Amino acid sequence: MESKLLVKEKDIVVPGEKLAQGLDFLPGQRTYREGDYIIASRLGLVSVEGRAIKIIKLGGKYIPKVGDRIIVKVFDITFSGWRVETNSAYSAMLSIAEAGSQFIPRNADLTRFFNIGDYMLTKIKNITSQNLIDITMKDRGLRRLGEGRILSITPCKVPRIIGKNASMISMIKNATECKIIVGQNGLVWLNAEDPKMELLASETIKKIEAESHFAGLTDRIKVFLEEKTGKKVEIISNPRPEERDDHRPPQRRDTRSFNKFNKRR
Amino acid sequence: MKQRLDGRKLDEIRPIKAKVGVVKNAIGSAMFQQGKTRAIAAVYGPRELYPRFLQDPEKGMLRCNYNMLPFSGTNGGRIRPGGNRRSKEIGLVTQKALLPALDLSEFPNAVVDIFIEIDQSDAGSRCAGICAASMALAHAGFQMKDLVTAVGVGEVDNTIVADLDYKEEHYTEFVDKFDNEHVTDIPVAMMPNLGKVTLLQLDGRIKKEQLKKSLEMAKKVCMEIYEVQKKALKQAYEVAK
Repeated sequence: MESKLLVKEKDIVVPGEKLAQGLDFLPGQRTYREGDYIIASRLGLVSVEGRAIKIIKLGGKYIPKVGDRIIVKVFDITFSGWRVETNSAYSAMLSIAEAGSQFIPRNADLTRFFNIGDYMLTKIKNITSQNLIDITMKDRGLRRLGEGRILSITPCKVPRIIGKNASMISMIKNATECKIIVGQNGLVWLNAEDPKMELLASETIKKIEAESHFAGLTDRIKVFLEEKTGKKVEIISNPRPEERDDHRPPQRRDTRSFNKFNKRR
Repeated sequence: MKQRLDGRKLDEIRPIKAKVGVVKNAIGSAMFQQGKTRAIAAVYGPRELYPRFLQDPEKGMLRCNYNMLPFSGTNGGRIRPGGNRRSKEIGLVTQKALLPALDLSEFPNAVVDIFIEIDQSDAGSRCAGICAASMALAHAGFQMKDLVTAVGVGEVDNTIVADLDYKEEHYTEFVDKFDNEHVTDIPVAMMPNLGKVTLLQLDGRIKKEQLKKSLEMAKKVCMEIYEVQKKALKQAYEVAK
């Protein structure tokens, strides 16, 4: 029997919709085979890669993955660490041993390190089959997030906020002089000296979230930022080194330890 | 051929309006209106389920809450707010109608909540609720085999009709005959692409052949409703293009 595709690339499909007929196509992510047909099992965009058909999802809650950097909020403190909200279906555990580089003695008052209601940037270390999540703060740039504001966006839109090679996010950072951290779980932390700029940055992020399926997104955001700030805004093509700066621990600590190291020599 | 009370053809459904994304704070939501009956469904979760003894370590749980708003009564009468036995039962059958299509194995120990609010009713509210709920679940990005579509079919005045409204459901009260006059109301929910029935209730009495006939009609009508649901879900994203 002849095989044929019943939808086009980038079409929006709904659960139960037939995507292809015949055995020459293979069901990819979020699709399944029923008899002669490949059928969509989620709402999303069709993507055909060779013989495999998959669906790119458009909504839904954050699904935790090992290695993701996420912004979390402490909601409980136990003997062994902190329980945090992850903006996914499950809460996560930050154990004392994973709470960063400092030494925490036994019986220490854990609220001195992170208190209930604190936000932190953390990394997912491990997930079990029952979706118990272990997170860590032992990596470069992972820290408690001090004053600033937290925004919540749809987790699927996180790549749009960051942009290719982080071009979008560094454009916003440069234009608004605002510190921004985007967690993979859809929480965004913003902080700027100038509250107006902080507001503008949050407005921009909301705009990206709402308009992310239009073409020419970066250019439109560029025009928007130029209008609002009255300055010329540049799209940075390769912002990698600067991007890393933000996730480094404070500079002062680095130099101090370096000096100490030199003196001892 | 007999004329229906509101002039519809026997297998003609009331005009449908459907829209997704109507409740901002929900992860997925939908409005489904069929004639004067309107349902709004909102999906929240998946989130951790408490009390803990209710948790299922193998898969997520689905909870459906059906509620008729106080002003939603057909004859303008006030409906006492809060749950009652009827709403509890309808919540349960809605859950049972949706579960065969829904895969929650990704979310052990978690729960997904659906809240269905009926803000106007003219019979067929559980079917409208199921349609709205399945659209809301799809909108929320859950893994589903198929959308679930529901419609009420039945026998009025010895004639099989689709999508009964309030007057038809209460036909016996509107005519002055006593002789063997009866109305049978059969809400049917199905996965239209797979042709599988997920809910079948029957209120009244009906002959075997007539039941078979009405199920055939339900199948056909469900396909029409599915097209409307599909269009509404796609529109939510295409408008912005």
